Amino acid sequence: MNWGQAIADAISLGALYGLVAVGIGLVFGVMRLINFAYGELITAGAYVLAYTGGWPAPLAILMCVAAVVALALVQERVAFRPLRRMGASPAAMLVATFAVSFLLQAIYLLAFGSRGQIVGTLGQLNSAFTVDGVDIRWILLVTTVTGAILLLATGALLNRTTIGLHVRAAAQDFRTARILGVRANRVIGLSFVVAGVLAAAVSVLYTVSNPLVQPQMGVPITIFALVGVVVGGLDRLWSAALGGFAVGFVYGMFGDLLSSQQTVYLPAVVYGSVILVLLLRPAGLFAPLHARQVERV
Amino acid sequence: MAEQDPQRRRPSGLLRAVGVSRSFEGLQALTDVDLELARSEVVGLIGPNGAGKTTLVNVLTGFDFPTTGRVELEERDVTRWPPQRRGRAGLARTFQHGHAFKGLTVRENVEVAALGVGASSRDARTRAHRLLGALGLAARADEAASVLPHGDERKLGVARALATEPRFVLMDEPAAGLTEAEVPDLAAVVRSVRDEHGAGVLLIDHNVTLILDVCDRIQVLDQGRTLAEGTPEEIRKNIDVANAYLGGSGRDV
Ligand SMILES: Nc1ncnc2c1ncn2[C@@H]1O[C@H](COP(=O)(O)OP(=O)(O)OP(=O)(O)O)[C@@H](O)[C@H]1O
Ligand SMILES: [Mg+2]
Repeated sequence: MNWGQAIADAISLGALYGLVAVGIGLVFGVMRLINFAYGELITAGAYVLAYTGGWPAPLAILMCVAAVVALALVQERVAFRPLRRMGASPAAMLVATFAVSFLLQAIYLLAFGSRGQIVGTLGQLNSAFTVDGVDIRWILLVTTVTGAILLLATGALLNRTTIGLHVRAAAQDFRTARILGVRANRVIGLSFVVAGVLAAAVSVLYTVSNPLVQPQMGVPITIFALVGVVVGGLDRLWSAALGGFAVGFVYGMFGDLLSSQQTVYLPAVVYGSVILVLLLRPAGLFAPLHARQVERV
Repeated sequence: MAEQDPQRRRPSGLLRAVGVSRSFEGLQALTDVDLELARSEVVGLIGPNGAGKTTLVNVLTGFDFPTTGRVELEERDVTRWPPQRRGRAGLARTFQHGHAFKGLTVRENVEVAALGVGASSRDARTRAHRLLGALGLAARADEAASVLPHGDERKLGVARALATEPRFVLMDEPAAGLTEAEVPDLAAVVRSVRDEHGAGVLLIDHNVTLILDVCDRIQVLDQGRTLAEGTPEEIRKNIDVANAYLGGSGRDV
C-alpha cells in the first residue's frame, strides 16, 4: 500500500463520513436532537440494494432512496413527533432515538437473518484506473465527487430557497420561528427527507466497498460520524461536515498504512483524540475560538 | 376599568386581557389586570421596572399563561392557544431581549417572517426592503444580524414583527438603545402601522416622551396592578403630580 492509494482511500472515506455527519447535523440543527437511529437508515438502504440485486442499477438506487426517505419520515412521524407533542425532555428524546435504533436492528435481524446479505449494485466500480502508477478504484472517485455534489446541493437548498431559509431560522430559534409562521412539522419533515437522501447515498456508496449487509452495519458508521460531528462542532453544518470528513480521512489513512495487527488499536486512538479535542476545544475544532458552547444536546 | 357599553364596541377587532393574574411561586406579577387594544389605535403600557409589563405581553401572546383570567382575540377565547396559533391569527410581538436570528442576515430575518405568513419570495423581498428602509436599517440589510448594535436589533425586531402584517402588534421596549435622533423614526413607523395598516399597537417603553407623543391611550401598571388609565393629557398630569411629590425628572417612569 502506498501513499497515493492511502490518500485516495482517505479522501473518499472522508467524503462518506462528511455526508453522514451532515445528515445527523441537519436534524440536530432543527430539533436539537441527535438521531442515533440514523445508521439504521443506511442499513435499510443497503438491504434494499441487496434485495434488488437483479434490477438495473438506476432503478435499484431509486428504490433505495425512496425506501430510506420513507423510513426517515416514519421515524419522525411515529416516534419523534408524538414525543415532541407530549413535550418530552431532550434526554427522553435522545433515549428514544436509541430505542428506535435497537428496534430497527432487531427487525432487520428477524427479517433478514444474522448471516448477512450481499450487495452487488455498482460492483463494477471496484475496478481501477491507473494514474502515475497508482491504481485508484473508480468508487473512490465516484464517492468523492458524489459527496461533494450532495454537500453543495444541501448548502444550496438551505441558502438559496425559501424553505431553506425557514430551516435556517428554525435551527437558530425554533420557537421564535414558529410564531413568525414557520411551520414546525414542515421544516422538521424537510430536514428528515434531506437526511434520508444523504443516508441513501451513503448506502449506495458504502456497499460498493463493503458489500456485506448485517443488522448492526449502521452502528459503527453512526458512532464514527457522531465523533466527527462533535469534533467539528455541532452548531454549523459545514463544521460538522468538515469534522466528519476529518474523522473519515484519518481512519482511511491509518487503516491503509498500518498493518492489521495495528489497526485494532485504531478506534482507541480515534476516541482518545476525541477526548483530547473536547477537553481543549469543547465547541468543536472548527468553531470560532470564542464561540459560546453548544446550548443543548 | 369602567365597563363600556357593549353596543358601542366594534364586534371584532379587539385584543383583550380580562381579569388576568399571574403569580410566580408566591410573587404576584399581575393582579386582576384588564387591557383592551382595538385595531387602528396605539395604546401605551408604562410602569416601573418589574411592574409586570413583559409578563402581560407574554400572557397576551401565549408565551406564558395566566393563573386566572383570560385572553380574547377578536371575540375568541385564546387563553390556552400556543404562540404560533395566535401568530397565525394576526398577533405579533417584539422582544425586550434579542431573539433575532443571529446567523441570518438582517434582510433574511425580515423575509423569513413575511414568507411565514405566505408571501411570495418576491413580495417578501419588497416587504423587507420597505420595512428596513422605514426603520433606517437599509444600509445594514446584508449584514449578519449578530453584529447589530442593541438599538438596531430592536428595530429589526419591529421590522420582523411588521413583516407578518399583523392585526395586533405588541412592542416590548422597542426604543431602548436608540439614540434621541432615532426615536422620531420609530414613532413614525408606529403611527404608520396604525394609520396605513390599521393594526393595533401596544407600545411598552420607558421613554415617556415617545409614549405621550404617539399613544391614543395609556395604561399605567405598578406592582402588577393597573394604577391609572387615560389619554396622554390625563396621564401627563398624573406624572406631573407624581413628579411634584417625588421630585422625579419626568423622563422615566
Ligand atoms: N418566569 C418568571 N419567573 C419568576 N418571576 C418572574 C418571571 N417573569 C417575571 N417575573 C417577575 O415578575 C415581575 C414582573 O416582571 P416583568 O418582566 O413583567 O416586568 P416589566 O414591567 O416588564 O419590567 P421591565 O421594565 O424591567 O422590563 C418581576 O418581579 C419579575 O421578577
Ligand atoms: Mg419588561
